[in-house]
Amino acid sequence: MTLISTIAADRPLLHVDNLTKSYGGRVGCADVGFDLWPGEVLGIVGESGSGKSTLLSCLAGHMAPDQGTVVFETASGPRDVLSLSEPERRRLARTDWAYVHQNPRDGLRMGVSAGGNVGERLMAVGARHYGQIREKASDWLGRVEIDTGRIDDRPSAFSGGMQQRLQIARNLVTGPRLVFMDEPTGGLDVSVQARLLDLLRGLVRQMGLSVIIVTHDLAVVRLLADRLMVMKSGRVVEQGLTDQVLDDPQHAYTQLLVSSVLQV
Amino acid sequence: MIEIRNLSKAFTLHTQGGTVLPVMERASLSVQPGECVGLIGASGSGKSTLMRMIWGNYLAQDGDIRVAGLDLARATPRQIIALRRGTLGYVSQFLRVVPRVPTLQVVAEPLLTLGISPDVAEARAAALLGRLNIPQRLWSLSPTTFSGGEQQRVNIARGFVHPCPVLLLDEPTASLDATNRAVVLDLILQAKAAGAAILGIFHDEGARATVCDRTVDVTQFTPKAA
Repeated sequence: MTLISTIAADRPLLHVDNLTKSYGGRVGCADVGFDLWPGEVLGIVGESGSGKSTLLSCLAGHMAPDQGTVVFETASGPRDVLSLSEPERRRLARTDWAYVHQNPRDGLRMGVSAGGNVGERLMAVGARHYGQIREKASDWLGRVEIDTGRIDDRPSAFSGGMQQRLQIARNLVTGPRLVFMDEPTGGLDVSVQARLLDLLRGLVRQMGLSVIIVTHDLAVVRLLADRLMVMKSGRVVEQGLTDQVLDDPQHAYTQLLVSSVLQV
Repeated sequence: MIEIRNLSKAFTLHTQGGTVLPVMERASLSVQPGECVGLIGASGSGKSTLMRMIWGNYLAQDGDIRVAGLDLARATPRQIIALRRGTLGYVSQFLRVVPRVPTLQVVAEPLLTLGISPDVAEARAAALLGRLNIPQRLWSLSPTTFSGGEQQRVNIARGFVHPCPVLLLDEPTASLDATNRAVVLDLILQAKAAGAAILGIFHDEGARATVCDRTVDVTQFTPKAA
């Protein structure tokens, strides 16, 4: 198959090996390793306290792991993320990467207008023409289905679902290649959640994004993730194709997790 | 296109005292391009299990599954995703979609992931929905609220919108009326004529007789005295 052989030739966008972080004697995450390929969505599930958010923070460089390697394929070749200087890491964080927080208040500037929130990230990568920044901000508000008439309103006047969509617009406006998401649909009501899922799927397809999404919602990963990693007590107990892990779970913990979901 | 040899599978139920349930033993079969093979056997004999192992959402314990040259029993998730994108199609009995997405988009999506332009994809989706007698006024609505038969037809449209060279069909004509059943059988015959290798489960004997070149009884692969 030509399709498969061309894929086999390229390199992963993110290569993670033996990543370990402990809090004193307590394990945050231990010996985590995986490859993430361009255009792929990786779901990480597990109960609270299983190390999902610790892993995401370590990957995104918000927290220093005790050991391990994280190699990101930058435009100019592979770089070890953990050995970057702080300015280099920050540059990466606002160009190639995006981080969508569970609570939009952590990812937005609440005292700045919606347009300003989106525009700020553009200015951080060098945009200076006010008219163009505003035009692009307005375009992105439309793409995340926020009425462009609200461009000058502050996010504090937005509903939770709108804030979350604004956070996504702010993160994606600079065309990142890798997006970290920590429970992006948590705390949203189900109708807003469905809309957000549809939006995310469209953006992944159109922009060729790679996404690492942490969640405890198995229905969300089934619809969004290509691959799934199941964590328990800081370790990856099972990983594979999303529908394989959910339909034919091998590990005792995954079987328990899947069989505990309430049917609607 | 589909080549299965000595395939075995058992489920280990860790939540129920580690019970081991062998469900398949040394299954072998093959499907050539342009051929349609029907799986038969009583409920619980492993027809759907076999289909799912070929689709890749059930792991095989032992044996080989080759689809279009890829060994699914040993393939990486990434290779399986690539295979499903344009080569291997699956029409299941259940429709699983993001709520609130319009039917037309649901059907066009497989084409969009292949990089086909939205205009072309939507036109092809519309033609197929029309052929399957889904009224146009429903196309802008989410299929989650549709009747069982309508959902089934949306699922079929989604499965046939891209001409996959390998197709798995799990009861595609169940819960359809005579007119729509004929349309679906016609779609299957058309795919066959175009060279697709098709493996299907049809409880409807008339349908089986119309489209299948031969049948394989899976009870011969069911482990005895489990």
